[in-house]
Order: sequence, then structure tokens, then C-alpha cells
Amino acid sequence: MTYVKLAVSMLAIASASTAMAQSRDQIRIVGSSTVFPYTQAVAEQFSNTTGAPSPIVESTGTGGGMQIFCQGIGEQHPDVTGASRAMKPSEYKLCQDNGVESISEAMIGYDGLSLAVSRESAFEWDLTLAEVYLALAAQVPVDGEWADNPYTMWNEINADLPAVEILAYGPPPTSGTRDAFVELAMHAGCEELDYVKNGDFDGDWIGENCSRMRTDGPFVEAGENDNLIVQRLQADANAVGIFGYSFLYENMDTLKAVDIAGVSPSEETIGDFSYPVSRPLFFYVKNAHRGVIPNLDEFIAEYMSDDALEPGGYLSERGLVSLSADRLTALQDAVLDGAPMSAPE
Amino acid sequence: MTETSSGAPTRFADGARSPHLARRRRKQKLLQAFGVAGLGVATLMLSILIGSLVVSGYKAFTQTHVTLDVFIDPQEVTAERLPRGGFDDVLARSLAEQLADLDASDRATLRQATSILSNGAQFQLRDAVVADPALIGTSVTITVPASDPFDQLNKGLVDRDTPEGQRRVSDVQIAWFDQLAAQGAVSKPFNWALFFNADSRFPEQAGLWGAIVGSFWALLTCFVISFPLGIGAAIYLEEFAPKSRLSDFIEVNINNLAAVPSVVFGLLALAVFIGWFGMPRSAPVVGGLTLALMTMPTIIIATRAALKAVPPSIREAALGVGASRQQVVFDHVLPLAMPGILTGTIIGLAQALGETAPLLLIGMNAFITSAASTPFDSATALPTQIFIWADSPERGFVSRTSAAILVLLGFLVLMNGLAIFLRSRLERRW
Repeated sequence: MTYVKLAVSMLAIASASTAMAQSRDQIRIVGSSTVFPYTQAVAEQFSNTTGAPSPIVESTGTGGGMQIFCQGIGEQHPDVTGASRAMKPSEYKLCQDNGVESISEAMIGYDGLSLAVSRESAFEWDLTLAEVYLALAAQVPVDGEWADNPYTMWNEINADLPAVEILAYGPPPTSGTRDAFVELAMHAGCEELDYVKNGDFDGDWIGENCSRMRTDGPFVEAGENDNLIVQRLQADANAVGIFGYSFLYENMDTLKAVDIAGVSPSEETIGDFSYPVSRPLFFYVKNAHRGVIPNLDEFIAEYMSDDALEPGGYLSERGLVSLSADRLTALQDAVLDGAPMSAPE
Repeated sequence: MTETSSGAPTRFADGARSPHLARRRRKQKLLQAFGVAGLGVATLMLSILIGSLVVSGYKAFTQTHVTLDVFIDPQEVTAERLPRGGFDDVLARSLAEQLADLDASDRATLRQATSILSNGAQFQLRDAVVADPALIGTSVTITVPASDPFDQLNKGLVDRDTPEGQRRVSDVQIAWFDQLAAQGAVSKPFNWALFFNADSRFPEQAGLWGAIVGSFWALLTCFVISFPLGIGAAIYLEEFAPKSRLSDFIEVNINNLAAVPSVVFGLLALAVFIGWFGMPRSAPVVGGLTLALMTMPTIIIATRAALKAVPPSIREAALGVGASRQQVVFDHVLPLAMPGILTGTIIGLAQALGETAPLLLIGMNAFITSAASTPFDSATALPTQIFIWADSPERGFVSRTSAAILVLLGFLVLMNGLAIFLRSRLERRW
């Protein structure tokens, strides 16, 4: 009895799953957790207005998304991947090797990485990237020597800064936000140091020596969950948090931005890169899936619509910083035509 | 009475004078104190956990709604163009009429005012009109959810004293909202959407239905696979298998399997089910298969214990009247062991319900705005839905995450309660 039932159920599941694997009427999207909320918003808007089945959006991280995206052409592979950085040459090659030849690249806008403190903090925070680097890096120049970071108080770095202990909550190494922070803030801050400027080091040296965050206490890896960092900041007035701009934007009543070299993060300063810690966001589409997967063209059209991408559009309401008008038009034309990207350098 | 060799007899009855007895009693007291302290700490932890969840989550069980009289303008909405139509304009104009001192000709002002309503309001109106096109040209009264910032404001989670630039709602928007409240148009009913809506980007529309359905399909698959397989394996090992090195080896492995971290099963499922068999990502059927791998050892161990607890006399009596061993097992031993087996199975399934790590690896943490109608459609599960919400920037998701955890705990309590009920009702004492 038991064995008969078992065999029947196994057979049913196996046959049904192969049948299902062969027909897909939903768009599948993977990729960066930073692009995830924007893609979610477009997916929901798209399914609400057209009545088409809602696309399935999965947050896998940029690198993980590329791996899945580049596995091949066909219904079992996703159609779109989001990325918080441009596709790497190695990933492009992986795609090419697996037959994913024509890919359209769409840069949808910018995302600022903000440093923020609680509104309770009495001090008006304004740091340079070099100060950020000196506070948070594992190794810094000490008396002309490259040594372990000795600083424990902000005013040891710069006498104008408050006499409070350095304490920063930031993302763990698995996070795309962390990669971006290291590249945009730590490397740039490292290059601003006199020791590095005068030392005649090349990019490899900086990549090797300026990438590590300190592990002796002042920098705390707070996990992937940015809401947790927000809560920690509310509990400790002098702690600095590092997270995406959308989290600062949602919590402006309890948090305030740390200015970088006098510039505070806002839509304008992130969009024109005068706020230095900002990065472009992308998504990539398989052109071979267009016209094959139902509704994919319509979904891309929704993502590329003015309603979504314009300043004041529904993505900018979620914290995305829009492209300038002429770049936006060029982007819309290129992506809607399905122009394939060239190999990244 | 016997004389002791040392002379004076030890008087055990007199505790005050016997250091031995005093020490023994002290040890006893100490042991009890440790037990009570342990229990106290566990209870305290549990009440802190539940307490903090309730404090942060109870507000998500209500949702601010706004009631509007909407005139469905035939110039904006025509029966021919349905389901398309200017439903957002219709709503905006109706809202503008309800508010004094609002300049409806200025689009920016109008847009500010309509942000009081949820983005889903226009679709709710659309669905009502599509269901009954005769409504076009008439006035209807509809109650729609308020958008998240105003829901937060109404629940007192936004402090009105904070400077205007530091909150999501402006002074003029607050004034409009207060006007609506003074008209009695603002209500705060029970948040049914939390249970019967699928996921959404907008906290006021987000619900757990998709996750509940996904968890249901995954658990059903898990049950269908692991229950018969687990019982079959246990019966063979307990009743038929010869005692040998091999059966010992298998037994050790099953016990080990029960202790393997769940993320390992997730990696296995990713490689085998999705990689080799080409099953769809994010599908509850793959989640169910993965959970079945984890639940099976629990069921095998519980079943073997239940089979062992059936007295040998039952087996011997059945064999004695000429039953075959197969008849003994299926007609006598298994029915008597069933309460224990069911209890073990339910506890195993409850564990599977709370399992997150393997589901993350097979993609059951996707954003899906419709509930799965078969186990092969993409879906989330309750724990992965909590994971997604905990990571969302919108304020409304903070309380909804806690509420979702409470719902998950509710399901766990239900399942474990069922297990206890079955045990106390059906179990036989020998």
C-alpha cells in the first residue's frame, strides 16, 4: 500500500515538474539586492496596469545574479539581472561561452551610499574621505610607517572632530554595498593620504593594502540588514552607520547625513557625483529572450518608461537618483531597440 | 535492631545533628533551585521575545483606511476601454472635492494630496468598475487603504513635532489628513490584507497570503514524500532488517542526518533538483523535496521509537494465530504505533515550516505579487517572507515583520498543539 502510494506520488511529481519546466509565462529576474527594490516596484506596477502575471524577482546579489544569468539561453534561465556595478569582463565571457551573446545593458540611475548618525548627535558631522579611511581601515600610516590602525577617538584623527569613540556599523564582506563602500570611499580616501600620494604606489598596491576594514572593534559588521543598523544608530548617538541612501531617505526623522567634504547626500549631489560615494545601478536583458518569453518586451518598456525613471517618477520616490534628461532619452532608445552591449574592458 | 560495630548508632532521623543528612538535603535544595532558576530564565527569555514582537508588531494588525465618495466620471472612464481608464484622475478629483482649500488645478498639489491614498486604491476602484460597468457615471463610496507614511502618522509612529523637512509627510499633507479625520473619513479597521493579500512593494498592501500558500504547498510535498518513505524505512529497520554491521551503519547515518545543518540540504537541492533535474527555481515543490530530506530522519526516528513501544506480546499473539509478518505489521503494530508516528511527523513538519536557509538557496525568497496556484508556481514561504520584509527600507515593514513572525509562531503553536492533542487522545498506555 505504502509503496504503491509512494511510487504514484513520486511519478506524479516528476512528470508534472518536467511539464512545468517547459512552459513559463512569468518573467524571471535575479540580481543585486540594491536594484531589487526598484525592480520590485516596476514588477508590481507592470502587473497591476497590464494584468499580466507578476514577474518573479529574486535578490541574489550582483555576482550571484551574473552567475545564474550567464548559465545560458532558454526558459529555465532568468531573463534579466540587476547589478550594482557594471558587468565584469569575466562575467561577459561566461555569458558568451554559454551562448548568451546579445545582452542589452541599461544604466537606470544612481544610488548613494550614505554615512549617517542619529539626530541626537550634538555634532555637525563633516568628514573627508581621508578621515573616513583613517577611522575605519585596518592599516594606516603612523609616523611615516604603514602600520595597524591606532586611532580610537575621532579627535585623534582631526582635532576639530568630537572627542568621542570611533564606532561605525557597516555591511559585511558578502554585501555589494560593502564592495562599493571599499571601492568608492576607502580606496579614494586612501589615495588622499599624504603618505600614499608621496609614496609613488600604483593601483595594485592600493587594492592590496587599502581594502581591509579594521577588525579591532571600532568597525562593526552589522549584517546584511540595513534596518538593524538604523536601529543601532538610534540607540547610540555617536555611532556612524553605512548603508544605502534609500534607508537614510526613509528615516530622515531620526537620522542625519554625515557630509563628505562639505557635501551632503541628496538627489542632486548623488546624480552629479559631487557626493563622492555614489554608484550607478544597472540591469541586463537577454535579447534572445525578447519576443519569446511572454510580456518581456512590455516589462522592459515599463522599466524604461518616463513614469518610472524620470525625476519624480515612482522609482525616484523609492530613493533612486535619476539620470539626466538627455542620457535618459538615449538609454530608453538604446534599450528599447535591443542594442547589444559591447564587451567590457 | 542491629548493633553497629562503631558503637553509638547514627541517628539518621535527627537532621540537625547529622552532617551527612544536612548535606544531602542541601544538595537536594540546590538542585531544585537550579531547576527553578533554569525554568525562570527560559520563561523570561521567551516573554522578552514574545513581548518585544507584540510591542513592535501589534500595530500592523490594523491599517488606516480612507473612505471617499467617488464620482466615476464617464469622460475619464468608458465601458469600452475597460480595464484601462483614468482611475487615478477620478480618485484625485474626488479627494480634492472632499478637501477644502485645495487647488485642484495645480497638478503638483493634487499629486501631494493623492499620496495620502495607497497606490493600490486606483486598482481597487478599477476592479469594482470592471465587475460592474453600470457604476460608470454614478457616485460610489469606497474605502481604500491610506499610504504607508499616513498609516504611520495615524498610528502615532511619526512624531508631528519633528521639523517638516525631517519627515515623509509635509505640514500641508498633515492638515489635509486631519481634515479627512475630522470628517470621519479615516478609519482603522483590522488589517485583513495582512493575511489575504500577496506580497507588495507597498507596506499597506503587503500580506502573507502568498507565503502561507507557498508554505502549504511545500509542507504538502514534504509530507507526501517523507511520510511514506520515513515510515517504510522505519518499519524495515525495526521489524525486518537483520541485525548486522550494515544495519548499524545505516542507523548511525540516519541519526547523523538528523543533525546535518539545513543549509547543506539547500546546497544539495540546488545542485541536484535544480541543476540536474532542471526543476524550476523558487517552486514550493523543490522546497518541499528539500524539506523532505530534512524531515525524513525525524520521522524515521519517531516511527522506530513508536514501533518499539508496541509490546512484543501483540506481535507474538498475532503470529500465534497464524498471521504473516506483513499482516502483523500492517494490521496490528502500525495502527497501535500511529499516534506516536503522527506526533513525530507533525513535530518534524513544524520544524520544516520554520526552516529558512535551504529555501533561500533554492530561490524561495523571490518577490512575487500573486499566490501560487500549484506547487510548481513560484512562491515564498513564511520564514523567507519574514526575511524579505526585514530587509525592506519602508517604515511600515518594521511592524509587519514582527507581525509576520507572530503569525508564523501562531502556526507553529497550532501544529505543536495538534501533536500534543493527538498524543493525549490516541496514545495507549500498556
